[in-house]
Amino acid sequence: MKRSTLEAVVGIIIILALVIGALAIGGDSEWGGADGGAEDMIAETGYEPWFESPLWAPPSGEVESLLFALQAAIGTGVACLIFGYWLGQSRSRKDEKQA
Amino acid sequence: MHIMEGYLPMEWCIVWFVLSIPFIIVGLWQMKKLIDKDQKVLPLMAVCGAFVFVLSALKIPSVTGSCSHPTGTGLSASFFGPFVTAVLGTIVLIFQALLLAHGGLTTLGANAFSMAIIGPLVAWGVFVALRKAGLGLGLCVGVTAALANLVTYTVTSLQLALAFPIDGSIVAAFTAFGTIFAITQIPLAIIEGIICALVAKFIVRVKPEILKSLGIIEDAEIAKIQGEAA
Repeated sequence: MKRSTLEAVVGIIIILALVIGALAIGGDSEWGGADGGAEDMIAETGYEPWFESPLWAPPSGEVESLLFALQAAIGTGVACLIFGYWLGQSRSRKDEKQA
Repeated sequence: MHIMEGYLPMEWCIVWFVLSIPFIIVGLWQMKKLIDKDQKVLPLMAVCGAFVFVLSALKIPSVTGSCSHPTGTGLSASFFGPFVTAVLGTIVLIFQALLLAHGGLTTLGANAFSMAIIGPLVAWGVFVALRKAGLGLGLCVGVTAALANLVTYTVTSLQLALAFPIDGSIVAAFTAFGTIFAITQIPLAIIEGIICALVAKFIVRVKPEILKSLGIIEDAEIAKIQGEAA
C-alpha cells in the first residue's frame, strides 16, 4: 500500500475508534453539548441572560440541525470544489510531462 | 466554546470586543496584502475558511458522555498565521450567532477572542517553532490543530471564570468550567489534528506552489511528500 493511503486509512480508523469508543464508554449519558453544560452552570448561580438574539432563533431542534447540516455542506462544497480543481490541474500536468 | 447570547455581563462583552478588534483589523489588512501580491492564495484561504465552517459545525460525542465540537482553525493558523485566522473564524462565528442562535452577538468578541484569536495565536507559535526544529509538515499541522482546539477551550473557561467567580474565587470557577470541557475536548483535539494533518499533506501533493510561496514548505519536502503517494 502507498504510504499516503496507509496514513489516511490509519487516520480514519483512529477517528472512528475515538468516536465509537466514546459512545461505548459514555453509555447512557445524556450526550448534551459541553457548551450547554457551561450555560447550565451559569444559570445555577441565578444569572439571567440580559440580551436575546435580535434576529431569530431556530424554532426547533429539527430546524437547527438543518442549519448545522447546511453549514457543514457549504464548507465541504467549497473545499471539495477547490480540491477537485487542484487535483485535475496536477493530473493534467503529470499527463503533459509523460506525453 | 460558544458562550451563549446574553451570558456574559456587559462589561466583559466590551472587554473582549476591544481586545479582539485589533487582531481582526490587522487580519483584514494582511489578507488584502496577500491577495494583492498573489491572487493564487485565494483558493487556499477559501479552503481554510471552509474547514472552520465544516469542523465547527460537527458536534462529536466524547468520552465524558457529552458532545462538543472542534474549531477547525488549525489549518488556517498553520498556513496564514493568527491574524487572517481571526478574520475567517469571526466570519463563521457571526454566521452561527445570527442564523443558528449558537453563540451570540454580545458574546461575539469573547468567542472570537478564544476561537479565532488566542487558540490560533498559540498554535501558530508552536507551528513555527516545530517547523524550525525540522519536523514534517503533516505532524506540525496536526499538533497545531489539536493545540488550537485545546487552547480555545481553555480561554473560554477562563473567560467564564472571570465573569462568574465561585464564592469570589476565579481559580475555583476556572477549575469548574475547565472540567466541563477539558476531558471532553482531548479526543476531539486528536480527531481535529488527524484531519488537518491529512488535508495538509493532500494539499502538498496537489497544489504545493501556494504553500511554497507562503514560505511554509521547501522543494525537498514537497518531493518527499509527493513521493509517498507514488
